[in-house]
Amino acid sequence: MQHTFIEILRRALDEELARDPAVHLLGEDVAAGGAFGVTRGLAQKHGMARVRNTPISEAAITGLATGAALCGLKPVLEIMFIDFATLSMDCLVNQTAKYRYMSGGQLAVPLVVRTQAGAAGGAAAQHSQSLEAWFIHVPGLIVVAPSTPAEAYGLLKSAIRLGEPVLFIEHKRLYTMKEELAEGAELPPIGKARIAKPGTDVTVIAYSAMVQTALEAAQKLADDGISAEVIDLRTLLPLDMATIAASVSKTHRVLVAHEAVRSGGAGAEIAARIAAELFDELDAPVLRVGCPFAPIPFAPELERALLPGGADIVRAVRQIMGRDG
Amino acid sequence: MTEPTLADWKQMYGALWRIRLFEGQVQRLAAAGEIPGFPHLSTGQEAVAVGICTQLKREDVLFTSHRGHGHVLAKGSDIEATFAEILGRQNGLCRGRGGSMHLVDAANGVLGATGVVAGNLALAAGAAWAAQAQGRQDISVVFFGDGATGAGAFHETLNLAALWRLPVLFVCENNGYAEFTSREEHSNVKHVSSFAAPYGIATQTIDGNDLPTIFAAAAVAIESLRQGAGPYLLECMTFRMAGHYVGDAQQYRSKEELAEVREKCPIERLKRYLVERGVNPEELDAIGERTKNEVQQAVERARAGPRPDAATVLEFVYRAPALAAIQG
Repeated sequence: MQHTFIEILRRALDEELARDPAVHLLGEDVAAGGAFGVTRGLAQKHGMARVRNTPISEAAITGLATGAALCGLKPVLEIMFIDFATLSMDCLVNQTAKYRYMSGGQLAVPLVVRTQAGAAGGAAAQHSQSLEAWFIHVPGLIVVAPSTPAEAYGLLKSAIRLGEPVLFIEHKRLYTMKEELAEGAELPPIGKARIAKPGTDVTVIAYSAMVQTALEAAQKLADDGISAEVIDLRTLLPLDMATIAASVSKTHRVLVAHEAVRSGGAGAEIAARIAAELFDELDAPVLRVGCPFAPIPFAPELERALLPGGADIVRAVRQIMGRDG
Repeated sequence: MTEPTLADWKQMYGALWRIRLFEGQVQRLAAAGEIPGFPHLSTGQEAVAVGICTQLKREDVLFTSHRGHGHVLAKGSDIEATFAEILGRQNGLCRGRGGSMHLVDAANGVLGATGVVAGNLALAAGAAWAAQAQGRQDISVVFFGDGATGAGAFHETLNLAALWRLPVLFVCENNGYAEFTSREEHSNVKHVSSFAAPYGIATQTIDGNDLPTIFAAAAVAIESLRQGAGPYLLECMTFRMAGHYVGDAQQYRSKEELAEVREKCPIERLKRYLVERGVNPEELDAIGERTKNEVQQAVERARAGPRPDAATVLEFVYRAPALAAIQG
């Protein structure tokens, strides 16, 4: 039976709440099901003490979750939109991420911050951003961005059990995606990428919803006789350079694709690491696909015009392959 | 805690001196260039730390601000390890990774100081939530200055703590200055305790330089927290005898003001209180001398400690070696 991304997240949370009494959910509207329905029914099942509504106070609830994590709880905090994580950033950056280090290893923050990102459906400039690059710049954090419902299930469970502060980024466009969940599958380790589609001519590195876009593009490229290998990074921090290196050593050509603004994005870091560590393997410059340097617009035709899609990936790959024009 | 005996008061008199002398050593060695960074001294504010922390159990947790040395010592952390951390030594509480503004002594319930003003209030509320959720009677205490009331996190946390009836004691050390700017210049609200009423938080504004007053007020507050009555805000009116940080020439304060502050010294006041109750002043002086030796010896041991090994600089970013391997 197929389940949506939202249903599968709910199942993962439900099972973790049942498995470990230290797990607590908190956030705005979570007891009422959450803005997207991810936590629907969990307060009724696990009690209002385990699934708690909070005021609209991102700074305080991030600090609250961090303090609770220092003292024995394993909170899963929902920040409704990653755009609002800007209000959590003082705590996440200055406290949460640094606690283990600043205390010389005395304390840890086993906290998962679930948040939702990306553009879809006219959510406009303050509810559509992809801000992951800001967080991968912070030592001490873990940044996870799943690409399918089944991936989200395993990665969320692994994140809750990890014992480190994790930013778990869900793309709103994936919420309605359906997938079957293999029962009893092993949980994916945090920090390990996967090959979403094997190929031999070019490596397309993506994460989150862009993996789906890259897979669609890979189909089109196959029609053109180009075999693209698609890597689903799963976690941006840590970055699985071993999987990237194995693929690049085979294809010798790389495209990094993400929905976030291209300039200063995660792709810049990935491209730099490849250039520094795999220069001799490369037969072409590493290219990037990302959002042009503008805020996300409201009108549907403008939103479509700005967002990078499959055609951008196809075009960039053709350029890498020397098949221009 | 029941009414302190004379022996208890004498112990607290020593605790005041321990902080005063500790801060004196920090000042001396910071001025000499032996302490890196910008230590902030709590000289003059010792009574707040001692009056409250003396009544905490080891399991009760403490969060503090950039001006937190006194709170950490009053909670019972080891003088040598605390000083060594301020020196940035391997024998420091945090192995030299934290320093003056990030002291942590987890085994003693000291869960951390922060350099971000108002940054620890919500964490203290979170620790209180954990105690509540796990059915523990432990309370959480957070110290902050009056400058913190300008931050949104202060108001957000008060609202949340009141709403969830969290066992957290908010202790504002109102020393009249937010860094170099006087309270009158940064807020129309004279008393920090005024912020408590709208949220339904119990509060008192007290003389923060009079140890018996603080002790009594804290006893009431702590008892109320342990009974599950929700958060409590104590506003302690006190005075910074030193500058904002070591090296601050304090040109924004008049000579008269500084002289007046010295008159209000909490150690002198406790001494008068005890002498009026028949304690021999020479006995008190002997306590001061003993404490001086104790602090001096601890500081020397701290200074003799090893410096951190540069090869270990990447330790403690993550727990798992597999994750640590991804750094860089």
